[in-house]
Amino acid sequence: MNLARVIGDVVVTRKDENLHGLTLLIVQPLTPEREPYGKPLVAVDSVGAGVGEEVFFVRGKEASFPFHPVEAPVDAGIVGIVDEWYVER
Amino acid sequence: MQIARVIGNVVSTQKHRKFEGAKLMLVQPLNADDTPRGNALLAVDGVGAGIHEKVLVVLEGRAAAETVGRKGTPVDAAIVGIIDHVDIHGHL
Repeated sequence: MNLARVIGDVVVTRKDENLHGLTLLIVQPLTPEREPYGKPLVAVDSVGAGVGEEVFFVRGKEASFPFHPVEAPVDAGIVGIVDEWYVER
Repeated sequence: MQIARVIGNVVSTQKHRKFEGAKLMLVQPLNADDTPRGNALLAVDGVGAGIHEKVLVVLEGRAAAETVGRKGTPVDAAIVGIIDHVDIHGHL
């Protein structure tokens, strides 16, 4: 899983039927020092995250687990909103 | 599996229900010479690891979910061991 900031959302009208009703957000992965790391990507939301929030997201087929038994065709999913984190290198 | 160092922890109140009670740690993957490799990632802790400890991290969903004890947890990384030491014989 990775830390990220939600920086936008995506509206898709014509889509796979198993994506219906799902919220798609654009997330920018972050380093623990809150610097952007790598490129933004689209992640499906299962926790009610909004633009500007810091979240963590999971990659791979596990991203579809929150929508079980619907097999959502997704490869990244926000699974938590971060209150705070603590780093000591 | 990967060798990593625990560098922090994350507090999250609003998360997927299957994460209830799970400890979320920030881990920094390491090269064989202990230098950082890539970005730090979040892993659930199955063994009670602490900050600064060198740990074994599994990067696979099914194995990671085992550590939480709940099938179907949307997790892709977990700490599964605390490393005592690593011996590398020969040159890298």
